[in-house]
Amino acid sequence: MPALSPDDVARLAALARIDLEPAELERLAGELDAVVAAVASVSSVVSDDVPATSHPLPLVDVYREDVVEPSLPAEAVLAGAPAAQDGRFLVPQILEED
Amino acid sequence: MSTATAPAATGGEPLVAYDDATARYDVVIGLEVHVELGTATKMFDGSSTAFGAEPNTQVSPVSLGLPGALPVVNRTAVEHGIRIGLALDCTIAEMCRFARKNYFYPDMPKNFQTSQYDEPIAADGHLDVVLEDGTPWRVEVERAHLEEDTGKSTHVGGATGRIHGADHSLVDYNRAGIPLVEIVTRPVTGAGARAPEVARAYVAALRDLLRALGVSEARMEQGQMRADVNVSLRPSPDAPLGTRTETKNVNSFRSVERAVRYEVSRQAAVLDAGGSVLQETRHWHEDTGITTSGRVKSDADDYRYFPEPDLVPMTPSRAWVEEVRASLPELPVARRARLQAEWGYSDLEMRDVVNAGLLDVISATVAQGASPAAARKWWGGELARTANAREVEVTALPVGPAEVAELAGLVESGRVTDRMAREVLEGVLAGEGTPTEVVTARGLEVVSDESALVTAVDEALAANPDVAEKIRGGKVQAAGAVVGAVMKATRGAADAKRVRELVLERVGGPQA
Repeated sequence: MPALSPDDVARLAALARIDLEPAELERLAGELDAVVAAVASVSSVVSDDVPATSHPLPLVDVYREDVVEPSLPAEAVLAGAPAAQDGRFLVPQILEED
Repeated sequence: MSTATAPAATGGEPLVAYDDATARYDVVIGLEVHVELGTATKMFDGSSTAFGAEPNTQVSPVSLGLPGALPVVNRTAVEHGIRIGLALDCTIAEMCRFARKNYFYPDMPKNFQTSQYDEPIAADGHLDVVLEDGTPWRVEVERAHLEEDTGKSTHVGGATGRIHGADHSLVDYNRAGIPLVEIVTRPVTGAGARAPEVARAYVAALRDLLRALGVSEARMEQGQMRADVNVSLRPSPDAPLGTRTETKNVNSFRSVERAVRYEVSRQAAVLDAGGSVLQETRHWHEDTGITTSGRVKSDADDYRYFPEPDLVPMTPSRAWVEEVRASLPELPVARRARLQAEWGYSDLEMRDVVNAGLLDVISATVAQGASPAAARKWWGGELARTANAREVEVTALPVGPAEVAELAGLVESGRVTDRMAREVLEGVLAGEGTPTEVVTARGLEVVSDESALVTAVDEALAANPDVAEKIRGGKVQAAGAVVGAVMKATRGAADAKRVRELVLERVGGPQA
């Protein structure tokens, strides 16, 4: 497993919209590397007879019927909004596309 | 050989005349169509999907992405996905999963969209479409996958209403989480200059199919169906695919066609000038018919897809898939072929009927007892002209299949002549009642009372003694003058053929 570089961390930070100083990039590269290494130990027990899985429970096909349930009350919906206007969430100006 | 022209008056980029562009470059298109499914509730929670509610009144912790909220898949949405896949002749996955598509945007409160990535519900199908001149065209479908819609942003404070210049945005999450199916074609090659037409025909055929399946109203003008149009050029059909642009959210059949044409002309100008087409998304401008640069594809498009840990895999049983297959309605292409055979229309007649959007009304009129020929005659003639003059759809006219069938019946039974039927229709269109009521009210019925006709014929003959002489002398065509006089006297309410027979009978000359 190749080590994570500060550049890798910078890229992940940008994707996650987290602003990091160069010193933090260095430090986190080391820390994240340790995390990845720990997780990588799983590879040592993988063999052909262990299927890949995305879920810890042996469950498939959990569905609900198409039946309407009550909405949250509008005041509750907006209660956690930093700002609201006309029943809608008010968010900062968006500079990218639709 | 033409060169790039000056920028269009609309403020667009340099363009090459379309015919020149397609003479020099091979056009390749691809279409990604998003369809809102007509379920009662959202993809992952029980919030209503009804249109037009007050903002943020159809939301749940799941649609708002609140911490700890757990999604559960809507079974009907999955079934609709299977239905669409089967109708497109796709293979339905034996196992598939949802994935998180990670990005930041205020209309997606979870900071990821729950979609399907490498395991779509349906893959490897096709849709057969018919171009305007009747040419069949098969569009290969790569995949159809399930996902959820985003919220709706309104940008406030900008001068243009576009995002640039907006001070802030207001977000309504009623739409967030509404089930979507995205249908993606493989690159469509070989269409050449007809690529815009193929694009339009495909989207139109897909709309018809989705409606026939009952999975969506697929109203483009309401955003229930939205097309992203990919276009690329290459020097020849043997060359590798060129760099493509993706024009987002094109919202009418006509715009799909225009957007392809515009991009072909624009990209040809870029290439002619020795430049390279940028791989980017582009905005479509309905008013000016141009596209403008959106966002260049970049690292920001690293969506870091991974299997959605809050949902378990789906393994649609083969029994379920077969049950859905058995419940598929007759699909539009098959229906057209069947109706054409049943009605005995020529290819040309059928094409005109389909292009004019008359298939359903004619079908309904025939079902009410009219002959297919009469139904086509009235809907494709008088009524289509009236609708055109009034600038409405034929279905919006105050005349329906029942009235047209009744009118056709009146002609067939000989109660009114064809000419009188037009007047009857005029009365019905003017709101004077049913065809039979108009016949009575306007006194339009054919005079079938023989004695009244005989009297009228005798009077006309008496007024034209020379005509009787001529007929007796063998000049049968002279009868026309008397027939005309009788028709005039009865204000057109007589059957001209019968009048002619009577004239010859009364004169006692040669029989017709």
